[in-house]
Amino acid sequence: MTAQNRTQVWLDVLTQAPLTELELPASIVVAKGVLADQQSAYFIGVKPDENNPFPRARNGEVGLLEGWGLAKAVHWIIDQDADQNHKTPIIAIVDVPSQAYGRREEALGIHLALAGAVGAYAQARQLGHPVIALLVGKAMSGAFLAHGYQANQIVALDDASVMVHAMGKESAARVTMRTIDQLEALSAKVPPMAYDIENYASLGLLSGGLLQVQNIAQPSAEDSQKVLQHLTQCLEKTQQDGTDLSNRLGSKNRSATARVKELMTAQWHAE
Amino acid sequence: MSDTNQLLNQHSFVELSARQRIKALLDVGSMRELLGPFDRIKSPWLGLQGIVAQADDGVVVAKGSIAGKAVVVAAIEGDFQGGSMGEVSGAKIATALQLALEDNRAGTPRAAVLLLETGGVRLQEANLGLAAIADIHSAIVELRAYQPVIGVVAGSVGCFGGMSIAAALCSDLLVTREARVGLNGPQVIEQEAGLEEYDSRDRPFIWSFTGGQQRYTSGLADEFCHDSVEVIKDKIAHLVQSERPRFRSDQYEYFLTQLYQAGPEQATPERVRELYTNLEEQLL
Repeated sequence: MTAQNRTQVWLDVLTQAPLTELELPASIVVAKGVLADQQSAYFIGVKPDENNPFPRARNGEVGLLEGWGLAKAVHWIIDQDADQNHKTPIIAIVDVPSQAYGRREEALGIHLALAGAVGAYAQARQLGHPVIALLVGKAMSGAFLAHGYQANQIVALDDASVMVHAMGKESAARVTMRTIDQLEALSAKVPPMAYDIENYASLGLLSGGLLQVQNIAQPSAEDSQKVLQHLTQCLEKTQQDGTDLSNRLGSKNRSATARVKELMTAQWHAE
Repeated sequence: MSDTNQLLNQHSFVELSARQRIKALLDVGSMRELLGPFDRIKSPWLGLQGIVAQADDGVVVAKGSIAGKAVVVAAIEGDFQGGSMGEVSGAKIATALQLALEDNRAGTPRAAVLLLETGGVRLQEANLGLAAIADIHSAIVELRAYQPVIGVVAGSVGCFGGMSIAAALCSDLLVTREARVGLNGPQVIEQEAGLEEYDSRDRPFIWSFTGGQQRYTSGLADEFCHDSVEVIKDKIAHLVQSERPRFRSDQYEYFLTQLYQAGPEQATPERVRELYTNLEEQLL
């Protein structure tokens, strides 16, 4: 499991050395990088730490320290630019297999730790920091909510190993009282249930699009140039899209959401 | 009054449906439901899976006032699909919060109250439920800068998954003894981590860590009360008028410091209360 996490390899090709002035849990990395237009950006990743004091969060899961560590990192960036009109872009490198599952986690309030991260990313975006989530692996459930889902733009690398979902297949089958075969059969006709990135794209949630690279596990210099170029384009799009998440609406497969919004808004204003 | 008499004379909030809960909280005559069952905005996904959709998708949204203060209330019906967040139910809550935000930006103060009874994402609509929850999170963070966003977990479903994160983002959280608040449901933790880590059938064990009383006494909830319509109504009426200078979910320095002191041993409810003993002071 640990060896396959892609956060560090992508940080290595996209950024310079990690920032050292900021004291963070060993599983959280913040590094500065330079985009295609020479604009600098902060890159943030969650990576496995085999010495994590919380044993249920050693394989790259987002746990207690990770949630609060992300919150600290993002608030630090917000503070750096507090007096500036220009807000430095934040790129979340996303390969998070899950949130941490354990007794310590529930006892000590992992829901609040993840809220710390969610709140920090949301505030950064709402204050004008362009936030882009770059999906290079798994983007699962609570872990993705805490690290990536508050971004202005979500970009996914186009690869079978890149997936977004609310729960792993085994647990989802158990909770919905289905077999894995039944679950897969249903996923084929119900796009929001599917695990693959093409179905996810059909929901309109990949505002930053899908991007092909040659080697997702060992990115080449060419791959990294391509990604930096794409991230730069996403930044330009961010300026048009504004600071809310409305650029995720508009797909046919999310038309019920648009309908709710339209109808409730009309009723809200009708006295 | 004796305990028995008190029990007989109180009106249970937990036993009320989502719509009845809102009606009980709002000032008489002020309730105006939005996107009610007659608008028939149902889940487009459940029917494809042989599950009967419900005309309000298990979420009730209403405008109104509480003790004269303008509010929007969104209530989740725990009896429909475990209170799970699907595309429509999630969008109803997100939109209600966004509209309250617009009111505030236009100079009309309006607070929000979320009655949370939910297992989290509706797995039959997985990725659209998750996306709606991200929208809800965003709206809470933006709205709480203007006006209180009050989370209420009364029971009996509790509040889990991405919606437990929503509860933790609220400016104020009210819980009862019947409530549980946690990220992961007990069954899933047991499946992922094993029986020794988390025994999903041991109810006293589960409540000792995630129950309303423990969450309140360890500082992770702001208000705690028994299951009574009158008491809950009073508490909320007070909360919608109050201002919170600091939010719990912004206290990363405090929590990192405390977590590094937690030590390698397995957690106990007593240890959690001890670690977070001065948490309330951080929020003043």
